[in-house]
Amino acid sequence: MNRRTMMLRSTALAVLASLSLSATAAMAEETLKIGFVGVTSGPAAAWGTSNVRSMQTLAAMLNEKGGVEIGGTTYKIEIVTFDDQKDPKRAIAGMEQMAQQGIHYVVGPNVDDGAAAVRPVAEANNIIYVPYAFPKELYTAPAENAILGMVASYQSGPAIYKYLKDNKGVTKVAFVAANESDPLSQRDSGVEAAKALGLEVTSSDVTYQVDTTDFTPVLLPVLKTQPDLLVLSGVAPAAAPQMIRSARDLGYTGLISTETAQDAKVIEEGAGEAANGFISVGGASTPEIASDYMKEFVAKYTEMFGEYNDESNTKVYALEYILDTLKADPKGISDIAAFKTAMETFAAPNPYMKGDAQMTYVGTTSFGQKRQLSVPLVVNEYKDGAFQTLFVATVD
Amino acid sequence: MEQIIVNGLFLGASYALIALGLTLIFSLMNVLNFAHGQMYVIGGFITYTVVAQFHLPFLVGLLASAVALAALGAFAERFLFAPVIRRSKREESTMLLAAGIAFFLDAVTLLVFGEKQRGIPKIVGGVFNWDFRIVMPYDRILIGALAVALIGAFILFMRQSRTGRAMRALAQDRMAAELMGVDVERYSMIGFALGAMLAGLVGGLLVSIVGVNLGMGGPTSIKAFMMIMIGGAGVISGAIAGGFILGMLESVGLSLLAAYGDITYLVIFASLMIFLAFRPQGLMGKPWG
Repeated sequence: MNRRTMMLRSTALAVLASLSLSATAAMAEETLKIGFVGVTSGPAAAWGTSNVRSMQTLAAMLNEKGGVEIGGTTYKIEIVTFDDQKDPKRAIAGMEQMAQQGIHYVVGPNVDDGAAAVRPVAEANNIIYVPYAFPKELYTAPAENAILGMVASYQSGPAIYKYLKDNKGVTKVAFVAANESDPLSQRDSGVEAAKALGLEVTSSDVTYQVDTTDFTPVLLPVLKTQPDLLVLSGVAPAAAPQMIRSARDLGYTGLISTETAQDAKVIEEGAGEAANGFISVGGASTPEIASDYMKEFVAKYTEMFGEYNDESNTKVYALEYILDTLKADPKGISDIAAFKTAMETFAAPNPYMKGDAQMTYVGTTSFGQKRQLSVPLVVNEYKDGAFQTLFVATVD
Repeated sequence: MEQIIVNGLFLGASYALIALGLTLIFSLMNVLNFAHGQMYVIGGFITYTVVAQFHLPFLVGLLASAVALAALGAFAERFLFAPVIRRSKREESTMLLAAGIAFFLDAVTLLVFGEKQRGIPKIVGGVFNWDFRIVMPYDRILIGALAVALIGAFILFMRQSRTGRAMRALAQDRMAAELMGVDVERYSMIGFALGAMLAGLVGGLLVSIVGVNLGMGGPTSIKAFMMIMIGGAGVISGAIAGGFILGMLESVGLSLLAAYGDITYLVIFASLMIFLAFRPQGLMGKPWG
């Protein structure tokens, strides 16, 4: 055997050895797929995009640290995404796609009709899903696979109205909502909550097309009723600044609020100073309450996507809850019954907030069972380009 | 009532400008440009970027939108629509192409400009208030006036300039225009560029009033198609009339029908169906094409 043949054989052996080594490493490294079915295109794209990007950011952070250890096995987290375009039919197709890939945990959909539509698919295929939708029947027995991912409007609304009644002297409230299931149901629960507090509802009939861009004619009849508080029920991030600006242009000087999460930059660009005093529900990134881990998350998100979205303050929790609950009972990886059992007693420190806040499953008061993530109810006030925390509350 | 009329006029002026671009492209090439709304959105995002990110004056933003969209329109005509028209006699080929371009532009917009709603500061502060009978922010008045001025400039251009006359000849009879020495390919490209430029200009104008976001493209196209259905497809005066009629219907409906829920567009669509059953060519269109 000449020297050249020896070298060739040695090289071939080295290549084979390295290939077999990497194959062994690949076999040792497990991947845990978590799904996302939500809206990432169209007027409501901001909701789903901030949702999926929160998941991708957290997955990247965890993967960079070597992955997540669950039951002695280290998993890399892979986020499998599906844009349902806010269409229930597509949401069903998305959930079916998740089932075909053997995924047991899905975040989304973002809206009521999508969340209701995917329920049979999720239940038939042993999928736990975390919608951002408020219909109680999704979370009330016999339904048991959906876990509400945020604070519902019927939970945050009463707290906000009570605060404004006690602290700002609000007595008259007007509601305006887009002509869609989510905003309309949020408006109805808001009207109910306001009346229960003894507030006078001056207007609640006015609705608008979801693609409306000029809100002056929409708001004109509402503001003629001279409310102290104008509630933009379920307002999309795209519409909120325009509605605030139109209301102020029409001479309205009262308070404006919503029970949906908003982005400070979007508000600043779209409404500027006119939005000062605007009240919305947020998450955990205001300086008063954000932990160092939350700051790390915001920095990573900004690095990955160029710009942070304040809506992610509430969307950051779903993946964290899923992974931590799986850590509590690793059997949940393939058995959602074990996951459901673990939910009953699950408790872990909330890494996104300063202090001793806990992550637990709640919802017993609203749904009769623990089918809600305990996301802090952070009520923010917009002021000169940033949110300031008005008050923080918890929900059960 | 005064307020309703003023709101309608503002909406009408901006709508008419959107419809003009669409009807121009249709009249010249018989192409239903489903991507017109997406072009409007890109125009808005370009003005936003120039004004809010680069801190340049609003007029520079408008100019950038106009130039960029004109270039996009010319490119789309020369490299996409013209070859398809040459190779396919079926009208649906260009419709499918336009729909494909709309989806493509949506995806590009998401990648380049992101998912967030964007807006720029008011270009003029203050609100005109006539005893609360008419309340109109000055920036709306200015944008409305600019839209009307642009419509006027467009009409003048089409009537007085050599290019405008060539495009009108092309719209009236393509073959006759070609026989008379009109460079059909060149003016088709200029017409498409002009139509896209108008979409970009309205997007740039309105970003200061209503902002812009990724999802505005589809609904904008639908409204533009409604306007040219009302006024008559391919007729410039029809597009203007359609824009003002739709703006006024929207304003009146949102004010007078508010008590009955969100039925304004239901009523508009129902009225449009009845209207088209009796006059399918629209107000100013010709029944023979």
